[in-house]
Amino acid sequence: MNINNFKNNFSTRATFRGLIAIVIFIAIWEFGARSQDLIGYRVPFIGLIPPPTAVMGTWSGLVVDPSYWQSWYMSFMRVFTGFLVAMVVGIPLGLYMAVNRTFYGIAFPSFEILRPIPPLAWVPASIIFWPTQEMSIAFVTFLGAFYTIVINVLGGARSINRQYLQAAQSMGASQADIFRRIILPATLPSIVVGSAVGMGITWEVVVAAEMISGGGSSGGAGGGLGFFIWSSYVGGSYEQIIVGMISIGIAGYISSELLRKLGGRFTPWLKTR
Amino acid sequence: MSTETSTPKKSNEIVATNVGKTFGAGPFAKEVIKDCSFTIESGKLTVMIGPSGCGKSSLIQLIAGFDHPTSGQITIGGKPITGPGKDRLVLFQESALFPWMTTWDNVMYGPRARGEDVKESSEQAEFLLRKVGLEAFRDKYPAQLSGGMQRRAELARAMINKPEVMILDEPFRGLDHMSKELMWEYYASLYEEDRNTNFFVTTDIDEAIFLADRLLIMTNLPTSTRSVIEIDIPRPRNIEDMADNERANEIKTEVMTLLHEEAMKSFSGGSKAAADFLDAYSKRVG
Repeated sequence: MNINNFKNNFSTRATFRGLIAIVIFIAIWEFGARSQDLIGYRVPFIGLIPPPTAVMGTWSGLVVDPSYWQSWYMSFMRVFTGFLVAMVVGIPLGLYMAVNRTFYGIAFPSFEILRPIPPLAWVPASIIFWPTQEMSIAFVTFLGAFYTIVINVLGGARSINRQYLQAAQSMGASQADIFRRIILPATLPSIVVGSAVGMGITWEVVVAAEMISGGGSSGGAGGGLGFFIWSSYVGGSYEQIIVGMISIGIAGYISSELLRKLGGRFTPWLKTR
Repeated sequence: MSTETSTPKKSNEIVATNVGKTFGAGPFAKEVIKDCSFTIESGKLTVMIGPSGCGKSSLIQLIAGFDHPTSGQITIGGKPITGPGKDRLVLFQESALFPWMTTWDNVMYGPRARGEDVKESSEQAEFLLRKVGLEAFRDKYPAQLSGGMQRRAELARAMINKPEVMILDEPFRGLDHMSKELMWEYYASLYEEDRNTNFFVTTDIDEAIFLADRLLIMTNLPTSTRSVIEIDIPRPRNIEDMADNERANEIKTEVMTLLHEEAMKSFSGGSKAAADFLDAYSKRVG
């Protein structure tokens, strides 16, 4: 009971501190951005960017603009497509490499050579070999999450306590049962961690890919948040650049939070530690 | 001793004949077990005791079938052991409860894995959890249980499989003395209920004498059987009574003497200086 109270206290306090920090940050930003008018001296760096009030003004205009939400939608779709395909391909691949020595010997060296290639280095090549630009962006996004997921699943499945396997074996479990009820759940925490890290990389990659490729075949309106930032920059709307940046921050946060919630549901035993 | 006529169940006597186990090869080879022979009699609780680090765990890996001897052979019910089987169940030194399953699911793992009747095994699981005092903890995960509770849950998880042979590798190691004694009582009463073949490895003399029907005393590395003592103290045994039991104390002295000799060997064997000293001393005297 006491510990729970303490925890609640702690978390409300932590939230409070977090909010205060954000308020102070915004205040400094506002002051810095308006320093030229207020004190006649332009604060370096901050003095060059639009103040938060101006950003909010632009943002409130954008909130009712469907093309802004279209950017959100496009980026989200790309992230989720790439991420889901990375999970669907990566998890079985990692698991299979972990349980099958022969396959590990065949696949791992190639995998390790491909892994250090940054996903963005794939952009030109993927534009060449995928028929549509949409597919090349999705492919690059996929690569962002894929390697992290595979490496985590492989590592997790290989480090299973041998005694779990021996215990299951001596209780008469079949290979299929051992895989389903021992290897899989024992690897789940690593899958969750790999996915969370992979999700972060996916957002980094999708934004860069959208900037490079010009936002996909559907043109400016369907370009995604990365293209939104890029076109704002080209069009000279600095407020919009910052709106785009904050939007990506929020989008990434929502994705990670969803993943954490989902991951927690799959690994209930970890909460008890 | 001929018990052949009175064995009620199918014999699953385990016989080790001149077993040897060496790890590695060439100059790095380490001989862990050497010319080791013993019998684990059917329907008895055989306890193996020996100096720590003497290769008892390696021996368990061989009996369980997770590993194979370099020489000699081990048979169960007359047939050589070639791999793990559900006739032999191992309880490990550290908890091997599956962290992702609740106590209940852990206990039910074996019956479910073998596709046994759920209703019957559920009843059995409930009975066993009551027996080890964990009925209130059936929906907890292992991380939520204390060390002693985890060992009890594991005992229940093993017992539900009604293994013909149960192999326990220092299962109560690391528990405090109070929980250890409690575990001895839980375990002994579970054993007395069905009297299956049990093989229990330990380094604790009190534990060995309290639990054993037969006591195997092992030598230092490389391991072989030093001597066998029949513990003829009637069951059920009581921890308080064991302290003033004359026969128990007699056995304890005997075991301690043997183990002390083995421990001393390990001292002179392990330390080059001590060995040289002993050597020089014996030459001068001789």
